[in-house]
Amino acid sequence: MAALEEGFTLSGVPLGAGPHGLLGVEQSDKTDQFLVTDGGRTVILYKVSDQKPLGSWSVKQGQIITCPAVCNFQTGEYIVVHDNKVLRIWSNEDVNLDKVFKATLSAEINRIHSIQGTEPLVLFKKGAVRGLEALLAEPQQKIETVISDEEVIKWTKIFMVFRHPVLIFITEKHGNYFAYIQMFNSRTLSKYTLLLGQEEKSVIQSFSASVDQKFISLMSLSSDGCIYETLIPIHPSDPEKNQRVVRSLLLKTVVSGNARNGVALTVLDQDHLAVLGPPLPASKECLSIWNTKFQTLQTSKELPQGTSGQLWYYGENLFMLHGKFLTVVPYKCEVSSLAGALGKLKHSQDPGPQTVPHFVNWETSQGYGLQSSEHSKRILRRRKIEVSVQPPASKQLLSTIKKDSEKHIEVELCKFLAIKQTPDFHTVIGDIVLELLGRHKAEPSFYPRNSLMQLVQTHVLSYSLCPGLMEVALEKADVQMLQLCLQQFPDIPESVTCACLKIFLSINDDSLQEAEINMESVSDYSDSVQEEKMEEQTEILHNGFSPEENCDNCDRELNEKSRAAAEETTSCPVIPKRAALLNAILHSAYSEMFLLPHLKDIPAQHVTLFLQYLYFLYLKCSENATMTLPGLHPPTLNQIMDWICLLLDANFTVVVMIPEAKRLLLSLYKFVKSQICICSELNKIEVSFRELQKLSQEKNNRELYSIEVLELF
Amino acid sequence: MGEFKVHRVRFFNYVPSGIRCVAYNNQSNRLAVSRTDGTVEIYNLSANYFQEKFFPGHESRATEALCWAKGQRLFSAGLNGEIIEYDLQALNIKYAVDAFGGPIWSMAISPHGSQLLVGCEDGSLKLFQITLDKIQFERNFDRQKSRILSLSWHPSGTHVAAGSIDYISVFDVKSGSAVHKMLVDRQYMSVSKRKCIIWGVAFLSDGTVISVDSAGKVQFWDSATGTLVKNHLIANADVQSIAVSDVSMVPQEDSFVVGTAEGTVFHFQLVSVTSNSSEKQWVRTKPFQHHTHDVRAVAHSPTALISGGTDTHLVIRPLMEKVEVKNYDAALRKITFPHRRLISCSKKRQLLLFQFAHHLELWRLGSTVATGKNGDTLPLSKDADHLLHLKTKGPENIICSCISPCGSWIAYSTTSRFFLYRLNYEHDNISLQRVSKMPAFLRSALQILFSEDSTKLFVASNQGSLHVIRLLEGSFKHLHTFQPQSGTVESMCLLAVSPDGNWLAASGTSAGVHVYNIKHLKLHCTVPSYNFPVTALAIAPNTNNLVIAHSDQQVFEYSIPDKQYTEWSRTIQKQGFHYLWLQRDTPITHISFHPKRPMHILLHDAYMFCIIDKSLPLPNDKTLLYNPLPPTNESDVIRRRTAHAFKISKIYKPLLFMDLLDERTLVAVERPLDDIIAQLPPPIKKKKFGT
Repeated sequence: MAALEEGFTLSGVPLGAGPHGLLGVEQSDKTDQFLVTDGGRTVILYKVSDQKPLGSWSVKQGQIITCPAVCNFQTGEYIVVHDNKVLRIWSNEDVNLDKVFKATLSAEINRIHSIQGTEPLVLFKKGAVRGLEALLAEPQQKIETVISDEEVIKWTKIFMVFRHPVLIFITEKHGNYFAYIQMFNSRTLSKYTLLLGQEEKSVIQSFSASVDQKFISLMSLSSDGCIYETLIPIHPSDPEKNQRVVRSLLLKTVVSGNARNGVALTVLDQDHLAVLGPPLPASKECLSIWNTKFQTLQTSKELPQGTSGQLWYYGENLFMLHGKFLTVVPYKCEVSSLAGALGKLKHSQDPGPQTVPHFVNWETSQGYGLQSSEHSKRILRRRKIEVSVQPPASKQLLSTIKKDSEKHIEVELCKFLAIKQTPDFHTVIGDIVLELLGRHKAEPSFYPRNSLMQLVQTHVLSYSLCPGLMEVALEKADVQMLQLCLQQFPDIPESVTCACLKIFLSINDDSLQEAEINMESVSDYSDSVQEEKMEEQTEILHNGFSPEENCDNCDRELNEKSRAAAEETTSCPVIPKRAALLNAILHSAYSEMFLLPHLKDIPAQHVTLFLQYLYFLYLKCSENATMTLPGLHPPTLNQIMDWICLLLDANFTVVVMIPEAKRLLLSLYKFVKSQICICSELNKIEVSFRELQKLSQEKNNRELYSIEVLELF
Repeated sequence: MGEFKVHRVRFFNYVPSGIRCVAYNNQSNRLAVSRTDGTVEIYNLSANYFQEKFFPGHESRATEALCWAKGQRLFSAGLNGEIIEYDLQALNIKYAVDAFGGPIWSMAISPHGSQLLVGCEDGSLKLFQITLDKIQFERNFDRQKSRILSLSWHPSGTHVAAGSIDYISVFDVKSGSAVHKMLVDRQYMSVSKRKCIIWGVAFLSDGTVISVDSAGKVQFWDSATGTLVKNHLIANADVQSIAVSDVSMVPQEDSFVVGTAEGTVFHFQLVSVTSNSSEKQWVRTKPFQHHTHDVRAVAHSPTALISGGTDTHLVIRPLMEKVEVKNYDAALRKITFPHRRLISCSKKRQLLLFQFAHHLELWRLGSTVATGKNGDTLPLSKDADHLLHLKTKGPENIICSCISPCGSWIAYSTTSRFFLYRLNYEHDNISLQRVSKMPAFLRSALQILFSEDSTKLFVASNQGSLHVIRLLEGSFKHLHTFQPQSGTVESMCLLAVSPDGNWLAASGTSAGVHVYNIKHLKLHCTVPSYNFPVTALAIAPNTNNLVIAHSDQQVFEYSIPDKQYTEWSRTIQKQGFHYLWLQRDTPITHISFHPKRPMHILLHDAYMFCIIDKSLPLPNDKTLLYNPLPPTNESDVIRRRTAHAFKISKIYKPLLFMDLLDERTLVAVERPLDDIIAQLPPPIKKKKFGT
């Protein structure tokens, strides 16, 4: 549940004397320290936890700071711009800004952006962007003009996406808004026109944005008091073209429509927004936290002395100018429950009895979009808008698929996915995949691999929604697609899983090397196992009891060959890419009864290979006490064991006949034996524990009869 | 409020019987529950799940089936081969009819409610016509090879499915002949069991027959072709019961519930295969594990799944999607103890009389000379004594029992006999003498009560009459019988007498409380009836205020001399009880008074006891109702300000009985659930590790 804590004022000189309030609040390279740039001539470095300034710097009389000071995270120096063109760079030790490094540039600067992990980037008023190093090397270099004459940059923000900075800036021209995305790894600039939808007349008053792997989600607070969301793809399909993005209503009337000033919003996290502004026309200004998922007001705080309509959010602190002083309000969002989120709405809006049950309902969840209508009027309004946008878009896409080129389909698909998801999103996606596959069937040369991959990654597909997809991928031996499907689909039939397994085992290493395979389930297995580590492992295996006698024979036999065996087991029997594919199989769901018949069809040498790999994983597992593999999403011990059992069940008669599998079988026999021992010991321990529990219960249970003293208060 | 010495008694070795059948009646929203000892209980689901009626058990009458027929008539059938109809007004058995087919294993009422079908040990199915006041044998269906364990009518009434051993038969009702015989696979986890018992069948209106069996399967059969359509293996043990949502419910037949021997209850629902398709499919949606032992019986009300079994709990699990308002109905209920008193107490001699199904136990409480502070356990100078073990004669269960306040009389009653004993105490010896030659009208009592001075005995018999008997040394004299008001036959279940012996209050299950004047032997007044049944009654000393607790947790105080509600009662009704008080889920089963403090009322339910101090202000919803901590370091002013009338203690639970022995001594009888579980057969063991 999101909550605002008691705020505090950062002491010091009154700020915000200028007409535009503060220029900005920026992070410095030390946590808890922030650079505050006043509208006039001053930059102050605050330590928030101590609530006091650490340093303050001013420019000369007559000069004026035009852009908030930032910290260069790579050098720890501070940078500020005064009089639009003059850069000043200084460090903590410097006292006088007049005497620090100075560079005069040839064009006017809009803003300097600095973010952890990259050099500061300078955005010029005409839309050009330069790295700081390049600028300092040649300050008087010519700066090109990117945006048209009357366009004005309204708002900018920088993100790190896959370790590369991405800069977004919004321009305005005659009431039209444009978004520019500057990518620095590919040096591409893409332009999008923001379509305002029905609310043509409204003026956007504040922006905020967040980013996930594929989209920048741009929130805009319009003068009608509503918040809209626009999804802008990070990787544009066609950077040259001017593309349009639609905005959809996210929250209705969060601030009063005709607020004069002091309206701002900022994205706090995936589901929460902070909004600064008066909630009602006549009321005082408020800082409110909204939950976008449940469309509820989570908390709010009145700011009676008025604000400058600016809001910054870093770490866990919200910064705003309250009256004449900079106020910091710590914000916390704990894991919230639906009930908690709804509770606030209930109290603030609907004092009457709430009669709608809030839980998953098997019967109505299918009709989810329409049935729970009275649930919240806010949601309904939002949905209506989406529905009115939706059908043409999907239909249009379906018709595109029928005739256009692969490239074009990709572009259209990207656009389609940029639109906010609707309740029937999964069926629409299913239809699109079926359409694509239908076309593939008609003309076999048409295989829109990228589009299909993108669709699978929407996380809404399942095998039953597009049964043909995996068949096609199997036909093409497209292991990357198969891996993706195995990871994403919850309902793959066992026969298909087995067919995948066959391909994964049989495909040769060369073609595997070419494939782009997600390797996150495979960690580096290459570090060789030490001799003493092997010792350790057997100890863990036995879990504190001595192995049984009849195990000794095979033990001895094994020990004789242990050197050879050790060598064999220390190195992974398959290359990492194949391991990643096999791990995808291990993770997939199955039912034993249906899987076994298909496993019988796998050739013997492949069975041996897979068994060797599984045994290798098992040994890796037993190296640590928690019995887990390293890595991001490794197969679990249970999965490994189940597959070993399955493979042996299905192919035992074959495996037993292969001489090279004999040693493997012996070692498997040994570990099964030890597992049985563990289980029987555990069962024994369980009984003892239960007895102990009983004893402790008896202790708690006092006598059958007692006389006690009770005082009632 | 004061300090008490509490006799904390845990030696009441009461074990409820396991639940065998449950039957839900949609019209009256009542639930009939039969237990393995033959007891049948009626719960009123509209009145906060109060157990408003019960029919005592009988050793030879093992109930195997329980059904409601049209007009809210309740039938049961059992292994003694008899079909029994219960009289829900007079609380006795109306009649028993032998079906002449050996033990009866199953019974089903036709959808129209006019016919009754029983399945017998010898494989016969017998159809009875339900007439206005009896049932009439009509005819036999084709006889089967083995016993008929389960029965279900098709909602149209034309066909019947009957589950037997290894097969299910479908009968045509008109001809009485079997149309289909569907063989059930004996295989269980690929091991062939000897027999597969069909524990339950359900016939749906689309012709589907659902069966549950001892191999852990829930199977769907097409009754038109006699073929297996679908098979769900849901348990490693028997699936013992099934109930479909009632045909009269809306939407009908879209969900059913099954119970397994592992204690799990599964909910199945008819769900669309894909979104916006009309094709629907039965899907196992929710498993519930509220039982530790076999779930022998399940029922499906429009808003809840009801289950009961060997572990003696009746569990009512509301279907959250069907519950619209958050109130009583939205909470899970687990009913373990009867909603009536099984314990009576002689204050003078410090004796407790425990009532079991077939015997009574008399215990003398111990004593101590030590003193201590709050929470101390005092050393005993004398332990509690088991004085008497009184076994009933005959197979019938005890309905009610009572010990006189002086401790020298014990009375109890079964369905057909009334017993009165005189106890003589000579030093440590105790002798028991039965008072013989009880009058003929004293045959069966629903409630027995002695007057405070132990000179009078009040007996509420079924048929609604109240007998007043004067007790003399070793004999008795019938004084008077209060006949029920003309036209009513409702039996009185609760009695209360005023300490001065002048007033007697009696209450039935629905009509108001009647107050009789004992001196003049006439009806004094009737307290206006209230929507919810009375759960406990008592008359305060001196003031003669009648305190009445209802199943919706309301408490009223009625002045008998003034014939009106007292000022305090009006105040609390105006202000309303604290919401936490109203949310308690067990009824108040006993009310008593402090001999020296007329402002105090002591009452208890199964999880708390409360002393209401009428002199203190009433709590409102913002005050803390239950404050277990003593006020420390607070000035008396604050203490007085925060103090409110309800002094609650939750130390003793489950609490079956609590009373004030004297000013400073309480007795509390607890029955810990663990002790009950310890006496049940062990549940099916599930292995946690390995295979």
